[in-house]
Amino acid sequence: MFPPLPNPSTTDTAPRFSGKDLIRRSASTVPAPEQRLTEVAKLIDVSKCIGCKACQTACIEWNDTHPEIGFNAGVYENPADLTPDMFTLMRYSEWDNPETNELEWLIRKDGCMHCADPGCLKACPAPGAIVQYSNGIVDFVHENCIGCGYCIKGCPFNIPRISKVDHTAYKCTLCSDRVAVGQGPACAKACPTQAIVFGTKDEMKQHADGRIKDLKSRGYSNAGLYDPPGVGGTHVMYVLHHADQPELYSGLPKEPKISPLVEAWKGVTKYAGLTILGVAAGVGLLHHLVMGPNRVSETDEEHAEELTEGDNDGRI
Amino acid sequence: MAAYDVKPNEQVHPGKPVIVDRYTVSARINHWITAASLILLALSGLAMFHPSLFFLSGLFGGGQFTRFIHPWIGVLLFFSFLGLFLRFWKANLWRPEDGTWLARFRDVLSNHEDNVPEVGKYNAGQKLVFWSMSILIVILISSGIVIWQQYFAAYTTIGQQRVALLVHSIAAVAIIGVWIIHFYSAIWVRGTIPAMTRGRVTGGWAWRHHRKWLRELIAGKPDGRSGSNPAE
Repeated sequence: MFPPLPNPSTTDTAPRFSGKDLIRRSASTVPAPEQRLTEVAKLIDVSKCIGCKACQTACIEWNDTHPEIGFNAGVYENPADLTPDMFTLMRYSEWDNPETNELEWLIRKDGCMHCADPGCLKACPAPGAIVQYSNGIVDFVHENCIGCGYCIKGCPFNIPRISKVDHTAYKCTLCSDRVAVGQGPACAKACPTQAIVFGTKDEMKQHADGRIKDLKSRGYSNAGLYDPPGVGGTHVMYVLHHADQPELYSGLPKEPKISPLVEAWKGVTKYAGLTILGVAAGVGLLHHLVMGPNRVSETDEEHAEELTEGDNDGRI
Repeated sequence: MAAYDVKPNEQVHPGKPVIVDRYTVSARINHWITAASLILLALSGLAMFHPSLFFLSGLFGGGQFTRFIHPWIGVLLFFSFLGLFLRFWKANLWRPEDGTWLARFRDVLSNHEDNVPEVGKYNAGQKLVFWSMSILIVILISSGIVIWQQYFAAYTTIGQQRVALLVHSIAAVAIIGVWIIHFYSAIWVRGTIPAMTRGRVTGGWAWRHHRKWLRELIAGKPDGRSGSNPAE
């Protein structure tokens, strides 16, 4: 068992991190913070998840979102997908394991992975709408969000959702407001089986090691940690019994990385584009300086007059 | 042979200088709606394209409104340009002399237009601008709809939207480039802007830059002599 975080004190606590701890800010640059915070992480052990959705409930309650009353789509997922009011979602897959001939119920808590290299932040055009703290939390700042949806295209995990109400993007904040005062995320607090635990990233990796050893001893030889290097690692990690096939868990990508299309758009296109336009304008200016304007001469006007008059004379 | 690019309402008014009608009132209004849309689209689009140009969103009352209005101006531009396309496409069809004109583009650039063939209402450069604009606007409206988050996000996959974003931004850079050429040419070739403001150019301008068109106008004049021939 992982020792749970102690309950908060009732006295006022100063936040442990703030704007001065930013390591990335969308569409802008930030000075490197004087000192970096310890990286935090949430570890989701899918082998311990019982699919009770207490995490979803706790998330709604803490973040004070108001999801619409849903409907039964014929599967366990409720709502059917992440929404601007549902930052985390239990996804259920039934898998027939060909090796054991047994039906496995693979339940994964979906939500923002808090990538070390966040595609949403890279794609975002609005200064300061997406920020990354040195403890690894990637957060959306709604007053700066313009609602363009570029973060959705940037995200390798299909997480952000745009609200139809205020036209800004929403996703899991890793409960940055709770973490700032020494608490863990609401979902971790509510989880009855400790399938969700929270601590420093090192602690979580260590804890995961123990869990993976345990799973291996019970015959899950491919058990492992999901901390994909393609996005620089994540601050939400999974312990998977079939870490060699993450796709089994409702399409968890095997090697997630920011799409090369997004990299090209936010990289070479952005810089080459402005350069080309600058050069085009410069060439125009230079041409005008060197060649001068193309003016109509007196002779041209006379030619036109002759042509017109000649015509008139001929016809009248 | 029928003059392919002469409109019945284009008149040559004799005098000193000769005045030639080039664009009707409706064509000019149509052009300026398109022009205003294109400029507003470029400003709002550039705001969302490069962080150092995000300040341009201030012209539209902030990022949220820029994001909202950009696609709607795009719709306006599409239909407005469609009007221009229907008006001008015939006169912009490629003619044998256009190849020669283009091959001697050096002479055009160095203001030696006497060395290039006589051209009709539009020269090869103008035709290229016209067709580039037409193609790019079709690309921009179609890729733009794919990335119009508010209404159309549900109809395509995120993978398709990523392609559309890249295509849209490259096409946008291209069309701004074409616009720079269009805008600069109008300034460089003096006497051009009145064509789109007052609708008329001088005979000398027509003689110098679009001599074939002027000849066709004069040759075709008896058919359209009805209104403005005060000398009669």
